[in-house]
Amino acid sequence: MSFISYSFLLFAAILLVIYYSIPARGQWLLLLGASYCFYAQSGIENLVFILLTTASTYIAARLIYRAQAACDRKTAKRRSRIWLWLCLGIHFGLLALCKVRFTFQNVLLPMGISFYMFQSMGYVLDVYRGSIHPERNPFKLALFVSYFPQLVQGPISKYQELAPQLLGQRCYNGKQVSFGLQRMLWGYFKKLVIADRIAVAVLALKGPEHTGLAFLVLSCFYAIQIYGDFTGGIDIAIGLSEALGITLPENFVRPFFSKNIAEYWRRWHITLGRWMKEYVFYSVSVSAPMRRLSKSARKKWPKFGKRLPVYAATFATWFCTGIWHGITPNFLLWGMLNGLVIVISEELTPLYQKFHSRFPWKSKPWYGALEMLRMFLLMNLIRIVDLFPNVGECFRRLGTVFTPASVPFLELGLGVVDYGILICGCAVMLCVSILQEKKGSVRQLLWQRAGLRYAVVLGLLLAVLLMGSYGIGYDAGNFIYNQF
Amino acid sequence: MKKVKFAVALGAAFIVLILLQMLLVPKYMLHSQEGALIGEYYDNAGSNDVIFIGDCEVYENFSPITLWEKYGITSYIRGSAQQTIWQSYYLLEETLRYETPKVVVFNVLSMKYDTPESTGSQSRREAYNRMTLDTMRWSSSKWNAIRASMTQEEKEKEALLTYIFPILRYHDRWSRLTREDLTYWFGRDTVSHNGYLMQAGIKPFQAAFQEPPLADYSFGENSWNYLEKMRCLCEKRGVQLVLIKAPSLSPVWWEQWDAQIEEYAKQHNLLYINMLDHQREIGLDWTTDTYDAGLHLNVYGAEKASAWLGKLLADKCHVPDRRDDETLAAAWSEKAARYYEQKRRLENEKN
Amino acid sequence: MDKLMGILLELNPDIDYEKETALIDAGLLDSFDIVTLVSEIDDVFGVEIPAQALTPENFNSAKALYGLIRRLQEC
Repeated sequence: MSFISYSFLLFAAILLVIYYSIPARGQWLLLLGASYCFYAQSGIENLVFILLTTASTYIAARLIYRAQAACDRKTAKRRSRIWLWLCLGIHFGLLALCKVRFTFQNVLLPMGISFYMFQSMGYVLDVYRGSIHPERNPFKLALFVSYFPQLVQGPISKYQELAPQLLGQRCYNGKQVSFGLQRMLWGYFKKLVIADRIAVAVLALKGPEHTGLAFLVLSCFYAIQIYGDFTGGIDIAIGLSEALGITLPENFVRPFFSKNIAEYWRRWHITLGRWMKEYVFYSVSVSAPMRRLSKSARKKWPKFGKRLPVYAATFATWFCTGIWHGITPNFLLWGMLNGLVIVISEELTPLYQKFHSRFPWKSKPWYGALEMLRMFLLMNLIRIVDLFPNVGECFRRLGTVFTPASVPFLELGLGVVDYGILICGCAVMLCVSILQEKKGSVRQLLWQRAGLRYAVVLGLLLAVLLMGSYGIGYDAGNFIYNQF
Repeated sequence: MKKVKFAVALGAAFIVLILLQMLLVPKYMLHSQEGALIGEYYDNAGSNDVIFIGDCEVYENFSPITLWEKYGITSYIRGSAQQTIWQSYYLLEETLRYETPKVVVFNVLSMKYDTPESTGSQSRREAYNRMTLDTMRWSSSKWNAIRASMTQEEKEKEALLTYIFPILRYHDRWSRLTREDLTYWFGRDTVSHNGYLMQAGIKPFQAAFQEPPLADYSFGENSWNYLEKMRCLCEKRGVQLVLIKAPSLSPVWWEQWDAQIEEYAKQHNLLYINMLDHQREIGLDWTTDTYDAGLHLNVYGAEKASAWLGKLLADKCHVPDRRDDETLAAAWSEKAARYYEQKRRLENEKN
Repeated sequence: MDKLMGILLELNPDIDYEKETALIDAGLLDSFDIVTLVSEIDDVFGVEIPAQALTPENFNSAKALYGLIRRLQEC
């Protein structure tokens, strides 16, 4: 069941009504049932997959916990480590197998597998590290693994923050439900009005005849598409969850306002970044081999040696982030490029500092804008790699950027009206982002002004209804991140 | 206070949506008038002795006015563009809720389409579905007709809901609205004459259409099913079912198809008339009686075809002459006046 | 404690470590700083900070960090 289907809206509406009319202690069971309905509706084999993952996660966490209780600390550590690695090996092996089959045999991935696998493994790792106690009730764990709003494209939650909410009891709160629905509407606006409209031009611009300037236009269009698509989908997920009284972690904090790539990655797909940081970056950077490497490196180059483990961990993290997206050369390259840019900018820090002490522009607004533009363009170039599975093709196109060529805007499948809608839509997104940056939640601002709020909601509703790319004659398909 | 405000906002939103929907749906008043046909029936239901069902070969080739004037036969054509046999069946089912005619005439050309996929271009199929189904009144017949008619794309996109709320289907028409949409925002005209859509142009038939022979001429299982359902329904309601093949030269009506219908009719004791075999008796002249080189008849051809078929309906099916009924006569003379007025107007435009 | 302050000031001399209690939550130290900090602490105190101890609670203030080091030294 896709978020952009009528049946999903109907499903959500029915769920909300039942959810707030049954005794609150049954709410979590209802959510579990609803999650499985949601899943089964998209194919029964999806359900089998998530049930197996739930069972193995439950068992692994219990085994690790029991092993840790052994009286001898050394044995405890050894045993729990064996269970952990077995668990991680099986799950990530399975995930990798699915991804390989997806890449080479075109077998569809079980829905949302990359997301719930990571969330489950985060849980197992937290149990291993002793941060949490494993759940005793398998059904309660099942709800944490398969809670449906976040299943298909995240955000990836941590057990500590999500489970207590899922298992708690909630009564109807009009403001909360209203906020949730408003956020869903905003998500649909970004997805249907903007992302799915510009998707047509992105697809056309990928054609081999478009070189030169068109390549740059493609990179900008793709940035808009993926922003609308991914943040829109997350808004729908978080919004629905909010209407259910459950707060999911934010996945985006206006990423295009970042001034450098490292900051961008703290504001874009935050929950995946957090997972990678906690379980890959830190683990690698403080692991025993790294410490040894760092010690010997520091003898040779005292300054650089200190940074070496950080850099190694950065690349390891980006390698994992790359293959999380797909086991193809272009995603690996994409990951490495991100790592490379972050490491280079870290190495250049002294240079920047010198520059800033010579030219005190850093606090000037125009300089900030320039930095954002630089980040935007740089990120666009890196992102282009995931548009072309063929890396060679990508570089060939990049090579033509400076050859003169006109961009046939009106031959890309979009008309003047479409461009008008896109420009207005992007302007609205920009204004909302600036407002959020300066004044915080827009919904909160509107809450005291009922008349204005109704007008805004109706306007947004009409925009989605009338300008959305949905229904017969529109090719726009699913969310980009549903394929991971 | 808060609740009142909310209710007012909700009501306003509802009204805006209704008005928008009325504005956005296609009107079929000036262009693609065949889209308006199905909805025009309801004001004319109740007193028809003959009901035609089928595709363009019924609503372009037969004129109820001629049937009335020559034989006193009251009739209505429930035809629509590329009407498939499942649509015909459900339209018949619906019609029988409003009245019980003596005879139902079904044009068998649509037997050749076994599924929505087999009708060719799917986007056109979808447009034709809307033309047939959008103006049907709500009943289980409409619901079932929609479910039977949806194309693959419609099913994938859950179009069922868009038949309930057509604004979801036509949401993007705001950028293509014309004066027609404003003129007919709140009301429609009648475009047909009891389901007959008048054409007065002339484009002579020139050469036989070349259609490649088929690998398999047998009609599909689905088509047979619906024909059978149609027959049983008529039998149950005591209505005589007459199968015809209207006199259109294209698309080709293959001999092998003809034989299958012949066989079916014989088996169930039905009247089947292939009007292509009676062109001379009808008096069709393909240099003057068609407006699109043999696909459909124009008004002159339709009048001839109706005169011929009417005699047959009166003689063989004993459809009564109602010209003595004063109320009916008054109503039909009004219809006839409109008919001749349009005919005159079209002829003037032509010259 | 003084040794720890030395390490911290070397990382970023502009922060008031005596008072600041949201080094991580406010984004004053990023993950690069944390890893550097871990290896410095290893050098100076001879304490290996494990990955699971890398949480905001342990790194949000100099005091919390010192507490962590003391705990690890004890066991």
